[in-house]
Amino acid sequence: MNSLSQRLYDDFIDKGRYMYLVKGLGNTVLITVFALLIGVLIGVLIALVRVAYLQTEKKGILLRILNLICGLYLTIIRGTPMVVQLMIMYFVIMASGAPLMIAILSFGLNSGAYVAEVIRSGIQSVDRGQREAGRSLGLSGRRTMIYIILPQAFKNVAPAIFNEFIVLLKETSVAGYVGIQDLTKGGDIIRSITYDAFPPLLAVALIYLVIVVFLTQILHVIERRLAKSDLR
Amino acid sequence: MTFDKIPGETNGSGQPMVSVRDLRKTFHTLAGNVEVLKGIDIDIARGEKVVIVGPSGSGKSTFLRCLNMLETPTSGRITFNGTEITAPGVNLDEIRAQMGMVFQHFNLFPHLTVRKNITLSPVLLKMQTQEEADQHAEYLLGRIGLKDKADSYPNQLSGGQKQRVAIVRSLAMKPKMMLFDEPTSALDPEMVGEVLEVMKELANEGMTMAVVTHEMNFARDVASRVLFVDEGVILEQNTPKEFFSNPKHPRTKDFLSKIL
Ligand SMILES: Nc1ncnc2c1ncn2[C@@H]1O[C@H](COP(=O)(O)OP(=O)(O)OP(=O)(O)O)[C@@H](O)[C@H]1O
Ligand SMILES: [Mg+2]
Repeated sequence: MNSLSQRLYDDFIDKGRYMYLVKGLGNTVLITVFALLIGVLIGVLIALVRVAYLQTEKKGILLRILNLICGLYLTIIRGTPMVVQLMIMYFVIMASGAPLMIAILSFGLNSGAYVAEVIRSGIQSVDRGQREAGRSLGLSGRRTMIYIILPQAFKNVAPAIFNEFIVLLKETSVAGYVGIQDLTKGGDIIRSITYDAFPPLLAVALIYLVIVVFLTQILHVIERRLAKSDLR
Repeated sequence: MTFDKIPGETNGSGQPMVSVRDLRKTFHTLAGNVEVLKGIDIDIARGEKVVIVGPSGSGKSTFLRCLNMLETPTSGRITFNGTEITAPGVNLDEIRAQMGMVFQHFNLFPHLTVRKNITLSPVLLKMQTQEEADQHAEYLLGRIGLKDKADSYPNQLSGGQKQRVAIVRSLAMKPKMMLFDEPTSALDPEMVGEVLEVMKELANEGMTMAVVTHEMNFARDVASRVLFVDEGVILEQNTPKEFFSNPKHPRTKDFLSKIL
């Protein structure tokens, strides 16, 4: 039976195998960051449509159609597993294209559905007097949204969006299903080479854990800062 | 003390500032339709100060909010400074820019400094450069004794300070008319005076004003006319002197006996 140090050497040091984890982590972070950016962008757009739909008394045909599309999108994304969406995107919709791009897009589209609801609640949590004050000063609905409502909405939901980042980081671990070497897949590759499962997978788990704990600490700092600036 | 030249005064033709004809508003709610305004007719002359009183739920706020179209009337006609603003296709943003509104709960923008609260709209609407707007804000804040608060955030101000800032935020747009919806109702009693004082100064300078308030002393001192609104109609209107000493309608008497 191999000694523990021999196992660790084979799993991580020999032939620079730790690089599977380093590169994997790089991809994981890359996918997470860009997917969140896409998610926030989509989330804001959907939230604007849904809020406009709820607030408008006489709903035009365009608004109705947009709202319908958004509703459908939310239902489909939230009603199906992430892995399945990823595989459909990879094998069916975008049969050609860089896997990393496809993954970013998939996770972004998925995240957008969740971020949309977060931002919608953020917009709706802004006192309606704010909109009235903006409009009564002669600002258009669009400018009132951009300069008055959205900044407050984002502030209200900043912790929730940051939390989505943490959730997303873990969710990207299924990227290996479409051949992307993310952190999880990196550990799995080491396992398949050395036939030793425990150390590489434990390492993968520890890396996720450390990052998540670290990010959660940052989240608490953000929350405290925001709470302080709300003090009257 | 002067705030600014009031534009409404300078083109003072005989035409009223505001003219309202058969204004009606029905809210459609889950519980059914509520007719809140049931045919309001009124002319407000340039420089006039109209104080609106009446029981809770009678439609005072709704009426005021129809005047700047924050609430869309169900029917009727409103003309402001010669423009029929209830007509289709009117640029309401341009109209609202000329009509200041002060709210019960101040509605300052909490994420912006006092200075930015005041300058945001004039700058965005290209009425002034940021520098000009900053100077104007400084001037206005000086007038209400809050120059040193320019860089504070609203939540660092007292209620009375907030409302005074809200008033000058509206004034920064150089409005032709000001609407006040219970501007002192959310204030601690000791802060009511400072806000009413600013409003009185504004009135003395000739601003056209429509004020919903429960401050009967303010009505007595400042109003050129007091309207009593009850159940969506103007039940009675008169000079403050006549209104308070000699109310005609039994419901007006009843209301005054409760509030005075
Ligand atoms: N957006 C709305 N939707 C449905 N009903 C409304 C709406 N706004 C006002 N109402 C109703 O219209 C009536 C008149 O409201 P309004 O706010 O104009 O009264 P008010 O005279 O200002 O009362 P108060 O002195 O309490 O401020 C009330 O019964 C109120 O519930
Ligand atoms: Mg009211």
